[in-house]
Amino acid sequence: MIKREKRRYLALEVAGEQPVDERTLLDAVQASVRKLFGEYGASKTNLKLITYIPEKRQFVLRCSHTMLEKVRAAIASITEINGKPAAIHVVGVSGTLKALSKKT
Amino acid sequence: MKRFADLHLRAPLEDQTKAESMVRKASELRYKLVAIPLPLQVTKQQVIQLKHICNDAKVDLATRVNFSPRNSNELLQSLRRFRRKFEIVAVRCHTKDVARQAAKDRRVDLLQFSVTNLRQRFFNEAEAELASQAFASLEIELAPILQLTSYSRIRLLSRLRKEVATAERLRVPITLSSGATDEQFMRGPYDYAALTTLFDLPMSSALRALSENPWVTVARNREKLSPDYVAPGIRVVGRRTDD
Repeated sequence: MIKREKRRYLALEVAGEQPVDERTLLDAVQASVRKLFGEYGASKTNLKLITYIPEKRQFVLRCSHTMLEKVRAAIASITEINGKPAAIHVVGVSGTLKALSKKT
Repeated sequence: MKRFADLHLRAPLEDQTKAESMVRKASELRYKLVAIPLPLQVTKQQVIQLKHICNDAKVDLATRVNFSPRNSNELLQSLRRFRRKFEIVAVRCHTKDVARQAAKDRRVDLLQFSVTNLRQRFFNEAEAELASQAFASLEIELAPILQLTSYSRIRLLSRLRKEVATAERLRVPITLSSGATDEQFMRGPYDYAALTTLFDLPMSSALRALSENPWVTVARNREKLSPDYVAPGIRVVGRRTDD
C-alpha cells in the first residue's frame, strides 16, 4: 500500500504597508524557497495556497511535512514583496485545517 | 512552555516611538525578555524610561553594552569601568588578540564576530575551548542572514556552519539574537529556529539558544549584580541592624 504524504498547514500573517493578494504571496514564498533551496528543493515542498482569511489578514499555506522547517526558513527570509519592505510571520502550524483554525 | 529571549534588539534610544513599536512587536512575537544595547554614558532616566516601555509591553528588559575594543588592554579597561553597570556585556572581536582575551574573561557574556568581514571571525577550536571554560556564549545574529544577499550570505552561512559545529563539539553555549534595527527584520522564535537549519544547527539546540541559554546568562549576571552577592555560591541572607 502506498503511504499517503503527510502535510502541514501554515497560517501566515503579512506585516507591511501594502496590501498583498494570494498570487503575490505565493509567488514571494516560492521565489524565496527557490532562492534558498533551488528548484530541486522547491519541487519537494509541494506548496499550495489554501485560503485567504481577509478578516484576520491571514493566508493558509500547505506544504509537505518533511519540508516544513525549510519552508519556514524561506518564509522567514522574505524581507520585501514587490520591491516594498514586508515580513511574513508564521502564526500557527498544524497537521489539519480544523486544528489550525482552533490555534489561530 | 519555553520562555524566549532576544538578547540583541537594536531599538534606537533617540527615537522613542520606534523603540516602543519594536518592543511591542517583540512581545507580540512571544518574547519574554529583550536586551537593548545602551551607550556607555546612558543615564538612569533613560533606562527607567525603557523599563516603562517594556513593562507596558509585558516584556522583561535586560541592559546590554556592546564593546568594540581595538586591543585587549582597551577591553580590560572597559570591563573594569563598565561591567557592573550593565546586565549583559557583548564584545565585538575585531582582532584575534581581543577575541582570545574576551573568550577567557569571565566578565564577558557574549562573543560577537563580524558578519561582513569573514577574516575577522576568529571562532576556532582554541577560541571555543577558552569560551567554554569562561562560560562565554557565541552570539549569532540572525538579521544579517535576512539582509545579506547572494555570495555574502552563502559565505556567511558556510562560516556559521563550521563555527556552530565547533561550538557544539566543545560545548560552548550558543545564543541566537535578532540584531534587528527595524521591525521588518524581526521574526518569531520558531521562525528564527527554522532559519538556523540553513547552517545545520539542530532544532533543539536552536530553541535552547533562543530560550534557556540567554535566560541563564541574564539570571547569572543579575545574581552577580545584586547587592547580596559575595562570590559564586555565597550570598548575604540577612543583615544585622544595630538598635
